[in-house]
Amino acid sequence: MERTRISTHIILICGAMFMTLPVWIAFATSTHAPETILREGLQFWPGGNFLKTYKEVLFVEGGVMKKVTAITMLKNSLILGIGFAVGKVIVSMLAAYAIVYFRFRFAVPLFWVIFMTLLLPLEVRIIPSYKVVADLGLLDTQAGLIIPLIASATGTFFFRQFFRSVPDELLEAARLDGATAWGFFKDILVPLSKTMIAAILIIMFVVGWNQYLWPLIMTTKEENYTLVIGIKQIYQVLSEGGEIPQFQKAFAMTILATLPPVLVVLIFQNWFVKGLVESEK
Amino acid sequence: MKRVQFEHSPIPYLFVAPQIIIIVIFFLWPAGQAVYQSFLLEDAFGLSSRFVWFRNYSDTIFSRAWLQAFNFTIIFSMLVTFLSLGLALLLAVKANEVIRGASTYKTMLMWAYAIAPPVAGLMGNLMFNPLIGDLYSLMNAIGFDFDHKLQAADASFVVVLISVWKQVSVNFIFFLAGLQGIPKSVNEASILDCKSSFRRFWTITFPLLAPTTFFLMVINITYAFFETFGIIDTTTQGAPGGATTTLVFKVFQDGFRGADIGGSSAQSVVLMLLVLGLTVIQFRFIEKKVHY
Amino acid sequence: MSSVTLKDVRKTYPNGAEAIRGVDMDIKSGELIVFVGPSGCGKSTLLRMVAGLEGISGGDISIGERLINDVSPSERDVAMVFQNYALYPHMSVRGNMSYGLKNRKMPKAEIDQKVNDAAKMLKIDAFLERQPNQLSGGQRQRVAMGRAIVREPSVFLFDEPLSNLDAKLRVQMRIEIKKLQRRMNVTSIYVTHDQTEAMTLADRLAVINEGRVEQMGAPMELYTNPKTLFVASFIGAPAINLIPVTFDGQTLNNGPLELSGFTGLPENTDLVLGIRPDVMDKNPSGQFEMRVDLVERHGGETLIYGALSNAVDNQGEELEICLKGDKEMLPELDEKLQLGFDPSTAFVFRKDTGERLI
Repeated sequence: MERTRISTHIILICGAMFMTLPVWIAFATSTHAPETILREGLQFWPGGNFLKTYKEVLFVEGGVMKKVTAITMLKNSLILGIGFAVGKVIVSMLAAYAIVYFRFRFAVPLFWVIFMTLLLPLEVRIIPSYKVVADLGLLDTQAGLIIPLIASATGTFFFRQFFRSVPDELLEAARLDGATAWGFFKDILVPLSKTMIAAILIIMFVVGWNQYLWPLIMTTKEENYTLVIGIKQIYQVLSEGGEIPQFQKAFAMTILATLPPVLVVLIFQNWFVKGLVESEK
Repeated sequence: MKRVQFEHSPIPYLFVAPQIIIIVIFFLWPAGQAVYQSFLLEDAFGLSSRFVWFRNYSDTIFSRAWLQAFNFTIIFSMLVTFLSLGLALLLAVKANEVIRGASTYKTMLMWAYAIAPPVAGLMGNLMFNPLIGDLYSLMNAIGFDFDHKLQAADASFVVVLISVWKQVSVNFIFFLAGLQGIPKSVNEASILDCKSSFRRFWTITFPLLAPTTFFLMVINITYAFFETFGIIDTTTQGAPGGATTTLVFKVFQDGFRGADIGGSSAQSVVLMLLVLGLTVIQFRFIEKKVHY
Repeated sequence: MSSVTLKDVRKTYPNGAEAIRGVDMDIKSGELIVFVGPSGCGKSTLLRMVAGLEGISGGDISIGERLINDVSPSERDVAMVFQNYALYPHMSVRGNMSYGLKNRKMPKAEIDQKVNDAAKMLKIDAFLERQPNQLSGGQRQRVAMGRAIVREPSVFLFDEPLSNLDAKLRVQMRIEIKKLQRRMNVTSIYVTHDQTEAMTLADRLAVINEGRVEQMGAPMELYTNPKTLFVASFIGAPAINLIPVTFDGQTLNNGPLELSGFTGLPENTDLVLGIRPDVMDKNPSGQFEMRVDLVERHGGETLIYGALSNAVDNQGEELEICLKGDKEMLPELDEKLQLGFDPSTAFVFRKDTGERLI
């Protein structure tokens, strides 16, 4: 019962290697000079160019128009990630509260409307969404970037499931204590949901940070690019050839684009899994 | 719904308003627009448009390019779903068995959830790059005449590989949770009843994982249909010759690059209906059987 | 039908904790042995070692003539009933009961026969096609037992099977289990923390404390002849009254309280006097007096709780004792009762080792 077989460990080690090696190699390669990379291919061991490369990538203007640094893009990504996460949590909690705790005339149809958005992600209505945002004058703005993304109902769903699991007695006791609807929400439900809120914040931060298609089409100026979009630019520059392809910078960018969400996920790993699984039911 | 609820209050409308307003402006309205525009044909300069009924639909749906994208999307989704589910299940089962090093393994297997598809795509792309990519050389060394820029099968291979790679993490997390949701005593009872661990897995563990598997299937198909856009855009761009173009990639291509708003909108609508149909099928026919 | 033999069985966890510290036991074929003890004493661990669900760190376990230390659980010919039933949620009752036999390649007709017979015996034949989540707790319990019975194993193992049932059902099922075991005459090991279950079910009882068997024997033997303080206080409901005393050569003393009738005890050592609630009686010339604090009328008998006058417990507080009286006894609160007991019915233990001296 207690002796785990060698084969189990072998399988797990292979799996772990499969999942982590590519990123390690990306990192290691990013710390070498471009000439080395061209000559020898991908690197397994870190090289000596770590500071030089990353400093360049972060602070020196790059990109097609040479107007944006990784630091700027990092900032944009952070704003997107945090803004999206916070916005999502607030909007979803309010909506979920309304649906679960109130009997009102349009509750059921509204619920189905919200449910529908789960099925149809942004990619399906990408062009008209672009047009709407452009018409509202929100292209190249943070608001235009973040708000349309909140239209998907995943957050509302998670909170709905969670609220449904809160015992009815709590509400009954609160009403006996004279709590208003807002009071119950503010003083009891929200504190109770702390773990859930944290989990959703983390998940949504990662989702927001990793947005690709939407920022791609609605940011036209390079200084508004997020890190993840910057990846696309690298790809284009690489495909064009010209001088020595700066592979080390490409890899450095991928590492920068990956690091924050991965760190967030790793640090809050336990909360994360608990929050996801509780809402699956 | 809750047994105990508030009644007669304007508050619910207030609370649900932000979500609904955003949905109306940024979901319903654009979705409606997409449907509307699918019936229009714009002139070359985008200055005026004509109402052409279903011509956009027939033009695009029956075009070779669209059918190719349709086929590829279906096959691609099936491959990515089954491969990443299978791999993740295997890893989850094994990870559930170990005691020593359990948390290290789990961390290493879980983290890839956080990486963005396009980033994974670019990394993969670089690794298959003819100039520096070890994987490129490896494939050629094994004996494949590998060139993912020119050969459809190789390009598909690259895209499938990267897509599966990224999705294994998510599936792993949920499978692991599902496995841990099976009561330990049920597991022990099966140990007393059945000698072969292989048989135990298929007759006890796997059936009890059915709800998780179903849930993940829905998630994976959605992933393969839509989120893989980022991977395709940073690797093959749908090449060669449309061989790795998924339906959603084609919508983007035709709409933003080809400026064919009408056709692209028609494709969007068809895609919407396709996904809705798939979801209905999944929920209607499979979901009931999966719960015990 | 087989005997079960344990020889110096030990279990140590990787972190060094010793769960089982050398247990020897000879269980005869057809016996119903109960492992009883407080939470964490190791009784479940011991049971699971017999089942093969926990490994053995030292010693030997044999079923019949066969040493089973390294035999896999499904090949030990044991069947187990779990505390939370552990039914396979996705299979019907019939499926649950047939699963083990199917895996052993029994022909279908034979399996059906055995399942139907067992179901009839347990009165669950009406539920054979239902799923576990459609059954009540008691019904699930029977299915769990049915699953064990159809296997016709050498040994039945029960891991606190009645803990999750309500009180009335528990009593009912207890009786059924005893009858069933008698009828099938299969060697059984039953784990419980409930001493009533232990006393009523066991042919022999093993009181386990901190990984060791303190005493093993017939229930009444343990009741009338406990070897240690632990056994005396664990067995018997209501629990035995314990009075800290010392011996001065003549009498047992606790403060001003003096009790005579005891000889041969060590002086200047902390001792504990144990008197069962049912061996005391109202007696105007009795040895001590009790102030009534609480009267519990249980219908057929009355339990009277109160403080022993002139005596103190280990913390220097009032010493609580319990008297079991018949249903006519109805003292008033705060009434003082004079109680007497026959010294030969009392036990005296050493406080440090728990060893029984008288």
